[in-house]
Amino acid sequence: MKKVSRRALLAGAAGLVAAGKTAAMQAPESPSDPSKVRGKPSKALGQRAPSEKPQRQVRSGAASGTPHQDLCGTITPADLHFERHHAGVPEIDPKTYSLLIHGMVERPMVFTLADLKRFPAVSRVHFLECSGNFGGRTGSAELTPQQLAGLTSTSEWTGVALATLFREVGARPQAKWFLAEGQDAALLTRSIPVAKAYDDALIAYGQNGEAIRPEQGYPARLFLPGWEGNASVKWLRRIELSDHPFMTREETSKYTDPMADGTARIFSFLMDARSLITYPAYPVTISRGWVEINGIAWTGSGKIARVDVSTDGGTTWSQAKLQEPVLSKAHTRFRHLWNWTGGEAVIMSRAVDEAGYVQPTRTDLIASRGVSSVGYHLNPITGWLVRPDGTVLYKQEPWG
Amino acid sequence: MSSQISAPPPVTSLVRVRCVVAITALLVTPTQAQAQPAKAPTRQPATFGIGRAATPAEIAALDIDVGPDGAGLPPGRGTSADGAPIYAARCASCHGKTGKEGPNDALVGRVPGDAFPFARDPRAPKTIGSYWPYSTTVFDYIRRAMPPDAPGSLKDNEVYGLVAYLLFLNELIPADAVIDAASLPKVRMPARDRFVPDTRGAHKPAPGSSRRQ
Repeated sequence: MKKVSRRALLAGAAGLVAAGKTAAMQAPESPSDPSKVRGKPSKALGQRAPSEKPQRQVRSGAASGTPHQDLCGTITPADLHFERHHAGVPEIDPKTYSLLIHGMVERPMVFTLADLKRFPAVSRVHFLECSGNFGGRTGSAELTPQQLAGLTSTSEWTGVALATLFREVGARPQAKWFLAEGQDAALLTRSIPVAKAYDDALIAYGQNGEAIRPEQGYPARLFLPGWEGNASVKWLRRIELSDHPFMTREETSKYTDPMADGTARIFSFLMDARSLITYPAYPVTISRGWVEINGIAWTGSGKIARVDVSTDGGTTWSQAKLQEPVLSKAHTRFRHLWNWTGGEAVIMSRAVDEAGYVQPTRTDLIASRGVSSVGYHLNPITGWLVRPDGTVLYKQEPWG
Repeated sequence: MSSQISAPPPVTSLVRVRCVVAITALLVTPTQAQAQPAKAPTRQPATFGIGRAATPAEIAALDIDVGPDGAGLPPGRGTSADGAPIYAARCASCHGKTGKEGPNDALVGRVPGDAFPFARDPRAPKTIGSYWPYSTTVFDYIRRAMPPDAPGSLKDNEVYGLVAYLLFLNELIPADAVIDAASLPKVRMPARDRFVPDTRGAHKPAPGSSRRQ
């Protein structure tokens, strides 16, 4: 019953109205007794069940968000991975693709896609999150998890360790930064500390077992686990090693964080710990009795150590169960049983990571960061208001 | 069986190894055989010999970035008078007639006293004159990404002219100033010293400590 009402209500959610109604009208009728009709034959490419219509929320031509309220577990289907691009999704021929690495290296080199795939490969499960991933300042309480935090997704990424390529070209010890440049129409560039390359950076060409999607940087992208998505430059065409950062537009006029003390943080790569309850959340309606509250938590600092859940607006907290295995720098599913007796309640979650960082309150964030216009790196504890009739709203709080 | 191992027949060493393997296989259960350690993984070589050398021409064709010290700025020059008509034709429809109106990012405008109110006033526009820390970034970004309907189409002299015009509108250079590879890096931006390193431990997470937000 829970699933049915959740789906029906989702179809009526803001932003999903058109898709939901269309899906309902077009859904083919299932036979009343499937066991009395021969089923469909095998086919070359599988599809979702006709009644399952998860959709990204298209925010603009340059971004779309993952429907967290429709997902379970920790892996984001590749076609629902969020998008963010700065000059559209380029079409790149994998046969002519190449990556140039030059600058402070012994041997400037060019690698084709086939070359990249010949190197030893690694596969790791990691989240990727846009640092502008907070949609809670619109003034509306009718916000879904997708609208609040749709710009984070988790995939298994496969590629070659950037350290392997840096050894191949002979990166010089005085090289402390590298420029990563995309082949999109923005030729998007970011400066990255070389130390990240020797830590865990990848040149990724695989996502969830297949080639990465065009929106994710096909045929190859930089992937920096735990760091703001913009720095993981997609459609990577060039890396230049240097002894200083390049001060590109994306790392100066954008993706910097004005602080309440009159400064602005630059090169604020780390994505701090965050959690979000994805059920129950707007627009579902729940029934009295046992409810399994669940959601996702993640941190760029490593593993999630603990998620606390409150069902009384933050007065008391209980430790949620974490779905094992808890992976480093990856979405972690948490679950907490709650016996809802029908009164008004505010439910919220709070992540703690293995570095000891505790997900902050909105008040903490404003004290430190003020109320700047874009709001990068906003990861406040987020609440949902459960009303006596079982409807659920985003627990709206003023932001400045 | 054990006596055969301790007193091996006179065979070549290769045959002897095969005998020992065969005897061992008889002595152990299948489970024990599977649990025997495999050889250690092959260590990575220093280089794999994959990929090819890049030619100087290939590098030059792609290496268009401009550093904060002006490294990478091409030959050429421009003044605000050169840039004004290009701005009107190619930029004003998105950034506004005077660079302030939008609909896209406002490019022009200073904050009184060059204050830095962005954390307390979400409406304060982050313009070139109020927020951009390096003048060289303006050249780099226009040349690589603007205008969106024809990125990379502007000639270097056109970019220099546009940069001069935008710096002039932001009251950072006089109207007749010539902007080129030598003069551009010397234009000091009001927000230059506002930018500070991230103190959250982005590069070295501090275990056990709760960081600043």
